[in-house]
Amino acid sequence: MKFRRLILANLFRKKIRLILTIGSFAVALFLFAFLGVVRGAFNRGADVAGADRLVVIDRVSIINLIPLKYRDQILQIPGVKCITHNNWFGGVYQDEKNFFPQFVIDPENQRQVFPELVVPDDQWNNFVKDRQGAIAGARTAERFHWKIGDRIPIKTTLYGGGSWEFILDGIYHGQRPENDETQFWFQWDYFEERIPQAIKGQIGWYVLRVNSPDDAVRVAKAIDAKFANSPNETKTETESAFAAGWVKQFGNIQFLILTIGSVVFFTLLLVTGNTMAISVRERTSELAVLKAIGFSGRAVLFFILAESLVIALAGGVLGLSLALLAVPALAKALNGMLPQLVLEPSILVVGLFAALAVGIASGILPGLGAMRMRVVNALRRV
Amino acid sequence: MVRVDGNGGSQSLIRVRGLNKTYSRGGEKIQVLQGLNLDVDKGDFVAFMGPSGSGKTTLLNLLGGLDVPSAGSITVAGDEITHMSGSKLTQWRARHVGFIFQMYNLIPVLTAYQNVELPLLLTKLSGSERRKHVETALGVVGLADRMRLYPRQLSGGQEQRVTIARAIVSDPTFLLCDEPTGDLDRKSADEIMALIEELVAKYGKTVLMVTHDPVVAARAHTTLHLEKGVLVEGTASSRQSVLAGGAA
Ligand SMILES: Nc1ncnc2c1ncn2[C@@H]1O[C@H](COP(=O)(O)OP(=O)(O)O)[C@@H](O)[C@H]1O
Ligand SMILES: [Mg+2]
Repeated sequence: MKFRRLILANLFRKKIRLILTIGSFAVALFLFAFLGVVRGAFNRGADVAGADRLVVIDRVSIINLIPLKYRDQILQIPGVKCITHNNWFGGVYQDEKNFFPQFVIDPENQRQVFPELVVPDDQWNNFVKDRQGAIAGARTAERFHWKIGDRIPIKTTLYGGGSWEFILDGIYHGQRPENDETQFWFQWDYFEERIPQAIKGQIGWYVLRVNSPDDAVRVAKAIDAKFANSPNETKTETESAFAAGWVKQFGNIQFLILTIGSVVFFTLLLVTGNTMAISVRERTSELAVLKAIGFSGRAVLFFILAESLVIALAGGVLGLSLALLAVPALAKALNGMLPQLVLEPSILVVGLFAALAVGIASGILPGLGAMRMRVVNALRRV
Repeated sequence: MVRVDGNGGSQSLIRVRGLNKTYSRGGEKIQVLQGLNLDVDKGDFVAFMGPSGSGKTTLLNLLGGLDVPSAGSITVAGDEITHMSGSKLTQWRARHVGFIFQMYNLIPVLTAYQNVELPLLLTKLSGSERRKHVETALGVVGLADRMRLYPRQLSGGQEQRVTIARAIVSDPTFLLCDEPTGDLDRKSADEIMALIEELVAKYGKTVLMVTHDPVVAARAHTTLHLEKGVLVEGTASSRQSVLAGGAA
């Protein structure tokens, strides 16, 4: 395009200003991508939840235990396909900062309820036979360089305390990248054998699958109705509602992120809008000359918009590229504390469009002003 | 032939009839031009003089299609520009008018070459054709060896030459100069005037120029005075000012 040189020359008119403006875009877009990643990490549970899965917890608090004997009663409710139960172990491997979630599982039914977490059959069969056996998610196994057959001691202050020793029999992989690959599973029988008498026969929560997602609400109501007025009333939710409730424990993250994001973009708009206005105002007479020699108002508007769009694009690409580099590093540094930090392509696309929108918005007012400016008035001012 | 009595024939290149321009400032109306007539033929070189505020720039802006009159008509090479819409007028300017302002008004971030090329970007000329035209125009103004320089690397006189090259590069119908030497020292001013004279004599350009310098005006074929909103041909008082300017 033959106007390229004019647009570029105008861009590079004030280099410091150009760098600062591109920098503002880069910082804002980096922040945007980062917020998107954090939001994604918190919401992932709800996103990957099976629509046909229900979670049954104690009505008062998830930390209260519920009786194992509820299982058979739940299975009697029409529409329930299979059920498993879990306990939170909460132990420490070597050091506090090596956190990963440990679940006591029911080996007979775990795989039916969570088919997306895949364990090779031979490994699973060894695990089922091995009272002290354990299965680890691929990310956790990789993090600690565990191999099949390794002995893994886990200390706990609960359940009578002490160090529990497990043997790694298998490694599970998620079918989708969003699946949580950080969990550590071991057998209910081994757990129940070692815990104090008072809490034997008590599980943390049930997870069950219904025949069809359409049954979910009805089954959930039936379960809670069944145990109403018992010593352990239950609260049954779909897995996604459960995950959303889990996120809410951390405060209204969604709202916080939206607010921060809006403030960032609004500030960016003010900064770049002001910069574009100054940059156009200081060359009013040049723009007037362009119009005098035959450039149309629309051409002038186009030049200014092109300038602000190039700035937005350059800053946007820069910020998002930095995020692409930084997120994996950050995920590593966080040591798997959050389920999974992923910079999804949709974040990049939305970010780029948002940057371009800010680019247009910041160029449009000065651009329209220049387009409507009357040459004679502009030339008289000099 | 240049006439100001409104009796020029239809062959005039520029024909102005009954031109009025009124500004309103704070509710008060200022009549700047009041029934002005003018006929200019191809190849004429006209200087407009008059005291500050008499409407010289206003007249030039109207002739160049930068502003619209309150009444009257301007016809250039058979086209009446007074009824053209904004965008048609813009296209007309690109085709027919070369502007040379007092402030050189070059784009500081473009080289001399790129400044001169600007009007050609509005044409369908190819890159190599544009190059030929730009180099020719810069050759005419004697700056062929400076075309890679930026305006700030040029002297005032050289900058004004670049402006002239930009004004002639698309071979417009006529040139409008508003105090082209107003910001220059005598020597540079003389050189610029010699260049404009050459454009008229050698290349047959039609030039309309505003100046308040009688020495500069004396270079034109005809000097017209703007008095009370109309043009009059050389008067006793103006001849005196020419003498005074010459003696100074
Ligand atoms: N946009 C405008 N609004 C109001 N008055 C104007 C405007 N432009 C010019 N004038 C007035 O018109 C008169 C002629 O101005 P101008 O054509 O610039 O004179 P000259 O070029 O001869 O000095 C002056 O009195 C000036 O103040
Ligand atoms: Mg003037």
